[in-house]
Amino acid sequence: MKRLLDIEFHKFRNSKSSKVLTIIYLVIVVALMFVGLYELEIKGTKASLSDLGIFDFPFIWHLSTYLISFLKFLIAIVIVSLVANEYSNRTLKQNLIDGLSKKELILSKFYFILIFTTILTALVFLVCLLLGLIYSSITEPNLIFINIEFIAAFFISHIAFFAMCLFAGVLVKRSAFALGIIGVWGIFELVIFGISSYLDLKFGWSVWDLLRDVLPLNSISNLVVEPFSKVSMVKTGIETLSQSEFEKDYGVRWINVIVCSVWTTLFTYWSYILLKRRDP
Amino acid sequence: METILEINQLHKNYGTLTAVDHITLNIQKGHVYGILGPNGSGKSTTLGIVLNVVNPTSGSYKWFEGTTSNHDALKRIGAIIEHPNFYPSMSAIQNLELVCKIKNVDKIKIQEKLAIVDLLERKHSPFKTYSLGMKQRLAIASALLNDPEILILDEPTNGLDPQGIRQIRDIIQKIAANGTTILLASHLLDEVEKVCSHVLVLRKGKMLYSGPVDEMNRNHGSIFIDATDRGALHSFLKEKTYVGKISTREDGLEVMLYEGVDMAQINKEAFENGIVLSKLLHKKQSLEDQFIELTSQN
Repeated sequence: MKRLLDIEFHKFRNSKSSKVLTIIYLVIVVALMFVGLYELEIKGTKASLSDLGIFDFPFIWHLSTYLISFLKFLIAIVIVSLVANEYSNRTLKQNLIDGLSKKELILSKFYFILIFTTILTALVFLVCLLLGLIYSSITEPNLIFINIEFIAAFFISHIAFFAMCLFAGVLVKRSAFALGIIGVWGIFELVIFGISSYLDLKFGWSVWDLLRDVLPLNSISNLVVEPFSKVSMVKTGIETLSQSEFEKDYGVRWINVIVCSVWTTLFTYWSYILLKRRDP
Repeated sequence: METILEINQLHKNYGTLTAVDHITLNIQKGHVYGILGPNGSGKSTTLGIVLNVVNPTSGSYKWFEGTTSNHDALKRIGAIIEHPNFYPSMSAIQNLELVCKIKNVDKIKIQEKLAIVDLLERKHSPFKTYSLGMKQRLAIASALLNDPEILILDEPTNGLDPQGIRQIRDIIQKIAANGTTILLASHLLDEVEKVCSHVLVLRKGKMLYSGPVDEMNRNHGSIFIDATDRGALHSFLKEKTYVGKISTREDGLEVMLYEGVDMAQINKEAFENGIVLSKLLHKKQSLEDQFIELTSQN
């Protein structure tokens, strides 16, 4: 494993675009820490974002993981180009001739995703912890780590998404097309949802609920659901509008964890099968 | 003698096209083999299969008498296929470091191998800034990193200028002198003739010939002969067992030989028969002639 990781990180280290994208990602994440310092002047009184309570423990875990998840597209470009460039530079063939087996090649990419995501998750954890410690009034450890499962959900959803990028890269062999195919797949999932909710309405089925948990992109994004309606101000707003009590399950659902893990396995395995069957 | 590679009934179809047609061959240690064949004759596909890159349709191959798995065997082989493939933004050093990691060899070799191919001066420049000749030389350095027991080169001089071709040829000869087995696929016959001891000839995926270069064709070349009395010479030659087809040229007779003959002997016998030769010249058949003859048959 160490050798395979060494090989993949060597490729990553010497790729300028990958490094630039990762640095942009890291800078944005770290910059998040300073958003709370930003003070608004509303009618003469100074208020900072932190006064909204969004940086309070344990809410911070949920909010930050949700927001930072949007940035995963930057890393997706890194993963896809690391895979697709092997095809466009024809280095895949050379790697195989030099003695890397097809299995090792996929494994080295997968290990890279694993370690890279671990590093990102650790960073997000640290940023959240620091933010919370700076802005939150809660200091008891048992209260601080109450919703820490969002960090785990962040990790699992990112692994699944990057495994999908790996598969897309192997499938179409070109970075731009691979990203395009993920986008098209996202639209496809939306269309499926449209159709299924129509069918549900018409025939009284519950396909929508099932698909929501099964389709890859949706189960990836459902691991961390949106946290905004949880903020008291927004929640009261919705309740006033709808004239009913607003309830939603914000927690990390086991079904999503399992489905995402299954997709991760499938995408990695399919990448290997595809590589094995094809003559590069 | 130690067998390095054994290929048995190897076959590859791309759809309805047959690229490699039931090829069987052995590569022995210490020889320099040339693989000849027109474009599309299956040279690269055959090499791709034994290098574990292309999946064969049927048949099998065995490296190093089957003592290691085909995957581990690759670590004892050095190979370049078609164009030199490296990471464009990495320098020579960085690219070779990666190859070292893949092949599990020490980085110490890098300097030594770059020196062999004369690339030390540009070792820190990115690969994309290299000329084709330099890229090809870097590929050779990369293939040599693990001190391979066999070096496989597929069209190493393709697209190079005369200096580049000369450089690559010198490098190959240097490596061959160290006793490394070499498999050189090329359609530059003159190149193969200069460096190879054995040849394999492929055409449309079939093996036409395999053996030493100088035994490639059973004939022994031809002689150009002339005398003042051409008619007498013609009838004199016709009786000899070693004489094949005789064709009359403006400046004499061209005689194909069935066996090796001593030129002095011919001269002496002719003189004893009252024929005074005005010209006697032995011409060895070039590899090119033999190759064209072989591949244009059938």
